[in-house]
Amino acid sequence: MVPLSYYLILSGILFSCGVLGFLIKRNIITIFMSIELMLNGVNLSFVAFAAHWQHLSGQIFVFFVMVVAAAEAAVGLAIIIAVYRTRETLNVDQVNLLKL
Amino acid sequence: MTENLNLWLIPILPLVGAAINGLFGRRFSRQIVSAVAVFFSGAAFALVLRVWSQFSSLTLPHYEFLAHWIRYGGFMVNFEFYLDQLTMLMLLVVTGVGLLIHIYSIGYMWDDPSFPRFFSYLNLFMFFMLTLVLAGNYLQMFIGWEGVGLASYLLIGFWFTKDSAASAGKKAFIVNRIGDFGFLIALFLMIKHFGSLNFSELFDKVGPMPVETVGVGLLTSIGLLLMVGACGKSAQIPLYVWLPDAMEGPTPVSALIHAATMVTAGVYMVSRSHVIFDHAPTALTVVAIIGTLTALFAATIGIAQTDIKKVLAYSTVSQLGYMFMACGVAAYSAGIFHLMTHAFFKGLLFLGAGSVIHAVGGNQDMRYMGGLRRYIPITFWTMTIATLAIAGIFPFAGFFSKDEILWRAFQVNKVYWAIGLFSAFLTAFYMSRLWFMTFLGDFKGAELPAGDHGHGHSGHDEHGHSEPHESPLVMTGPLMILALLSAVGGFIPVEHFLEPVFGHGELAAAGETASAGLETTLKFVSVGVAGVGIFLAWLLYYKRRDLPQKIADGLGSFYQTVAHKYYIDEIYAALFVKPLVEGSTDILWHGVDQGVIDAAVNDSAVGARHASDAARHMQSGNLRSYAGWVAAGGAVVIAYMIWMGVAR
Repeated sequence: MVPLSYYLILSGILFSCGVLGFLIKRNIITIFMSIELMLNGVNLSFVAFAAHWQHLSGQIFVFFVMVVAAAEAAVGLAIIIAVYRTRETLNVDQVNLLKL
Repeated sequence: MTENLNLWLIPILPLVGAAINGLFGRRFSRQIVSAVAVFFSGAAFALVLRVWSQFSSLTLPHYEFLAHWIRYGGFMVNFEFYLDQLTMLMLLVVTGVGLLIHIYSIGYMWDDPSFPRFFSYLNLFMFFMLTLVLAGNYLQMFIGWEGVGLASYLLIGFWFTKDSAASAGKKAFIVNRIGDFGFLIALFLMIKHFGSLNFSELFDKVGPMPVETVGVGLLTSIGLLLMVGACGKSAQIPLYVWLPDAMEGPTPVSALIHAATMVTAGVYMVSRSHVIFDHAPTALTVVAIIGTLTALFAATIGIAQTDIKKVLAYSTVSQLGYMFMACGVAAYSAGIFHLMTHAFFKGLLFLGAGSVIHAVGGNQDMRYMGGLRRYIPITFWTMTIATLAIAGIFPFAGFFSKDEILWRAFQVNKVYWAIGLFSAFLTAFYMSRLWFMTFLGDFKGAELPAGDHGHGHSGHDEHGHSEPHESPLVMTGPLMILALLSAVGGFIPVEHFLEPVFGHGELAAAGETASAGLETTLKFVSVGVAGVGIFLAWLLYYKRRDLPQKIADGLGSFYQTVAHKYYIDEIYAALFVKPLVEGSTDILWHGVDQGVIDAAVNDSAVGARHASDAARHMQSGNLRSYAGWVAAGGAVVIAYMIWMGVAR
């Protein structure tokens, strides 16, 4: 049996990769994928704890996260398309109209 | 328990009239407005007459409870009404003279664009004055007291577009406020030491207390503070300065408020509180001294005035001084008697002056009148009666009341009597001077400097410099009624009527020792003195018109001092107003308000702006910097949770 810590370390690595990608990437689609990576890193820790404690609630959380992630993907992609149509770029540094 | 007279209706009726005219008057025609105003003040008068008709069957003092007002622990104040002979007399004077002046005002104010507003204020005044007179406790009296002050302020500043009228209104209000402060502290003392403001309860508690012959005890303090209030409302030294300025108001207002009723509220209040004053001889002495000095002081100023209304104003101050002199020698009923006759003849004098001003097209300067006897005969004859009445010529009303006061003063202290007699001489002199200057000689209206014309009487401008003309019947009618009252008012046995109210205090002071012969002699003396005053006025202002100027030149600076009212206004301005204004400007305005309060607000706003300016760089519009802040925030939260976990 693989120890719990392995899962948690992998989960942490995945989450950190997501954060790092979110912070340094300029392409909005890549940023979006990084968010998915963070969510899945968290999902992994949920299922790992669920298996470890023999408790179902962790797995139920994962389903919720997946549902939310799917909805978010739909909304997020729609926003990306809308942004591309108006700005004709996917570089977030150039999408800065909110700036003072 | 006697019958319920529904006394509350008496003050409420004029209030209804004030509300109707105040709210809807602009949409009514002048006829309806005047009908409403006269109806409601007339209804109050009718109710008073109804009460009067049942008066003899009442057990006095008659007391009516309307509603609870304040209940706080053991302390209780109700809306309640108190009716005794004194109240009855005041009710008759206020509603009777008030009704006449309402009728007169219809004619006087007819051309004024603010006709409904005037009558609304006038009715409002009646409401407050009747509340004051009918009150069953000091707090309710205080409401009326403040309310008449408000009505007076509104009516003095009736032509508020004129700067002097607006300032006069403010001056009256502020000076009255100083007096009200004393009244209020007197009320606090009563609450603290007697736990009640109800007249009957209070006087029952004061009654058995010892008379404070030495030092300043509780009752003396209350008495003196009440007198401060009375000084403000009734224009006594040192707070009389507002009344002459109050002549900026329309003339019927001067007649009703600043001669016949409101300014006598102080006399009424002192008489109503006679139980307190009877136990505080020191306070009474102060009342007598203030009254005597005011009577003399104001009379001397009255001699040198040229504005017809200013002469009457100083005369009012002087006559109020007589009333306080009477109160001060514990001759309350004589004071109230003079109050009543004064309401008749001074109301008449003011209304007559209004008629004169109306006739000559708004001019108030007596130097440009003269010879009006031929043009306005009714006004002339009624004014003649009033002048004789105020001068104290037998058998007109003023003779009886003034001589009663002088007689009672003579018994207490001859100095009061001597000063009062000299003031009576001055009164006869300046009133005859007014009479000669206005009605005899030749009409000098054409000599009036153009710029001095009008005095803001917007309604009278169209009359111009044309021939003086008699006022309509609606104005002369009240004049004639008041003239009748001024002629025969002295025969009303007021003092006998008031005996149950002031009874024991009066008899003790009166002393039955003095002989009737002495009294008659004194009466002849005072009539003689008045005659000398009239003769002197005749000599100076009719026979030898060049003399007054020579005398004025001869007296030099003294005459100037008197003509400038002893520079009292200037002295007050230098002593009180200027330090107050400058202190407020330099310390309170520039120092506290701008330096501390505004600065605190402004500086905190500036600080918030600087902090926000620093923080707004977080909102860069750059998505990745947002993400960085989110990540940093998340890191801080995690670090905190870990640290908490470690700490535990």
